[in-house]
This record gives sequence, structure tokens and C-alpha cells, in this order.
Amino acid sequence: MNYVFQFGEVFNAWQDLLYGAWLTIQLSAMAMVLGLIVAVAGALGKTAGPRPVRWLVDTYVEIIRNTPFLVQIFLIFFGLPRAGVRLDANEAALLAMVVNVGAYATEIVRAGIETIHKGQIEAGRALGLKPLQVFSYIVIFPALKAIYPALTSQFILLMLTSSVVSAISAEELTAIANNLQSQTFRSFEIYLVVTGMYLAMSLMFSGVFALIYKVVFAPTDVAR
Amino acid sequence: MIRQFTSAELLFLISSVRWTLLLSAIAFVGGATGGLLVAFARTSTWPWLRATAAGYIQIFQGTPLLMQLFLVFFGATFLGLNIDPLAAAAIGLTLNGAAFLGEIWRGCIQAIPKGQWEASTALGLHYFTRMKDIILPQAAKIAVAPTVGFLVLLVKSTSLASIIGFVELTRAGQIVNNATFRPFLVFGVVAVIYFILCWPLSLYSRHLEKKFGTVSR
Repeated sequence: MNYVFQFGEVFNAWQDLLYGAWLTIQLSAMAMVLGLIVAVAGALGKTAGPRPVRWLVDTYVEIIRNTPFLVQIFLIFFGLPRAGVRLDANEAALLAMVVNVGAYATEIVRAGIETIHKGQIEAGRALGLKPLQVFSYIVIFPALKAIYPALTSQFILLMLTSSVVSAISAEELTAIANNLQSQTFRSFEIYLVVTGMYLAMSLMFSGVFALIYKVVFAPTDVAR
Repeated sequence: MIRQFTSAELLFLISSVRWTLLLSAIAFVGGATGGLLVAFARTSTWPWLRATAAGYIQIFQGTPLLMQLFLVFFGATFLGLNIDPLAAAAIGLTLNGAAFLGEIWRGCIQAIPKGQWEASTALGLHYFTRMKDIILPQAAKIAVAPTVGFLVLLVKSTSLASIIGFVELTRAGQIVNNATFRPFLVFGVVAVIYFILCWPLSLYSRHLEKKFGTVSR
């Protein structure tokens, strides 16, 4: 064992690495927001849609959940251009992440919708509330509270999974680490530092999410 | 010269499945062994052991699997070892699997009612007897469904071994695609093969969940 650690070149590139972390957060946040739109549509289709729509949503969810993310990226990045859709690496990465997280979040949102008891909606209607009022005063808050923990851990999972998009050289933290690695050959040092950065990011987000839960949702806890 | 996608290419893809399966099997056996230790440590009565196991789980669940594979692969060089991609992927997936299974099984062990622990302690049973004869048989029942669910995750995770150069199903797909340039067809076939491997496991896991009435993700 005569390996000498040299972190100098890694720390010299701290600005690039921080920028990479920022890109990773941006990419994940964008994918999460768009994925949630997909998820809400999917969950509504699955709970309230006609049979063919339900079948379509089920198929989408099952296909995404039972194939690797890496293969999904390759299909989108290499496959779509052959079908005439031109995408650069970043767009393909974002699209793949949206399609992927959309499927997982569909299941989470569907479970959230199902936690609302039918009697609550009927009671609201009986009190003379309009459907939109029932939704905004009665349904939305407990539903959000029910899905919040699963959705936030899904976001952290998505952020960690996003390192895989470096395989098509989309710009984010891992891709920047790969570039740095090919310039300096300090592989172990670079990936050690970058792994630490990912850990810091996931700890930071789970801390922030827990705080938000405490402020927004916890006060409405009912003692049982 | 672009090759055609013929039955030879299809056969190459199908035969590469054995490497995906082999890697999954090694990682599952390794991960299960490690996971059992992690689960015992997490439910131990010694605070420092619990904290160590919790830290281990946090690190492996809080960082990307791809980084873990890179660290094993490049870390071996710093130990002066020449490691082949299969060994690196197997070690990386084992360490990662130990964290995930450890956390799943911790939950299953803790789900056993406290009275069972107290009764077995009151009977004067030793830790190992208590675990082997009282706690684990009951915990195993609720552990099956989430463990099968984890297998799906594991099979999908082996695709990342292609990035460090191990020729399994996904890497075989890349090789065939580079030669035939039919990405939709090639990766479509690859996706279908993964689906055939994973979907029955997913269905079985869901069936077990219903049967034992436990909810797991």
C-alpha cells in the first residue's frame, strides 16, 4: 500500500463541484415538479378514469417500476432521435427523470387520494359546500399531509438516482466529477469528495423537509 | 459497416442475462448476510452499536449507488489491488444491499410485540436462542414481502455495473447498439428482458403483502 492521497486538485476545483451540486439540485427539482404533474394526472386517471385510462396508467407505472432507470435513459436519449425527436443530453436526462419519478409518484398520490374518507366529502357537500370548496377546505390538506413523507423521500431518492444521467454526459455533479477525473486521474479522491457532497445534500434536504413538516403539518396531529 | 440485428444479436443479449443474474445472486447472498448483521446491530441493546449501524445505513442510503461502485472500483487501486469489474460491482452491491436489507429487517424485528421479548427474557432464554427460536421465525414471515420487493430493486441496480465496464445485460445492449445502431429495438429488447425478470417478483411481493397484511414500500 503505497498510495499517496492528493486532494489538492480536487479542492482546486471546488467551484466546479459546487456548481455541479447546484445543477444536480436544479435538475432534480425540475424533474420532481414536472413529475408531480404527471403523477397527479396519473393518479386521477387511475382512481376516477374510465377503464382504458386506468389500464394505460397501470401499464405505464408497471413498465417504469420494473425496468432499470439506466435503460430508460438510453431508450430516450438514443431511441427518440431515431424517431425524429431531437434531444440534447440535458433534455433527455430531464425527460427520463420526469417519466421515471412520475410513475413512482403516481402510486404515492393515488394512495394519498384514497386516505380521504368518502364520508368527509359527503359531509362537506351536505353542509352546502361546492365541489371546489370541498376540495380546497377538506380534501387537499389531509391528502398532502398523508403523501408528504413519501414524496419528500422520493425526491431525495431522485436526487441520488440523478447521478446515473452522467452516463449520457448530461451536466450535473457526477458528470463534472467524471470530467475532473479524466483531467487529473485522482479518481478515488474525487469520488470520495463528491460522495460526501451527495451525503451532505441528502442530509440537508431531509432536515429541511422534516422542519417543514413540523411547522406545516404536525400542529394538526390529532392525539389518539 | 453496420451490422443487422439478427437472431445472433438477440441470442447475445439473452445469454448476457446470466451475468445479470449471477451478479444479483452474489449481491443478494452477500447483502443478506451483511443485512442480518446490520439488523442485529440496529436492534442491539448497546447504544454505540446501534449508532454505528445507523450511520452505516445513512451513508449507503444517502449517497448514489453509482458513487459507491466508483469508490469500490477506484478504491481497490489505492489498496494496490487489481480488481475486475465483476468483483467491484459485487462488493459495491453487497455493501449497499446490506444497508437496505438491514433497515428492512430492523423494522420486521421491531414489529414483533414487546411481550414476546419480555416473555422470552423471563423464561431465561439466551440472546441467540431467543432470536433463533422466538423472534426471527415471526419476523421472517413479515420480512418476505419487502425482501422480494428489494430483489426487484437489486436486479435493476445491477445495470449500473455496466458503467464500470462489467458486461451484463445493459452493457451487452450498448455493445449491440454500437454495432447495429438500432437503439429503439436493442434497448427495447433489453427493457423487455428486465421486465420479464422483475415483474413476476413485483407481483409476488404484492401478493405476499396482501396475504400477510403488511404494508411495505
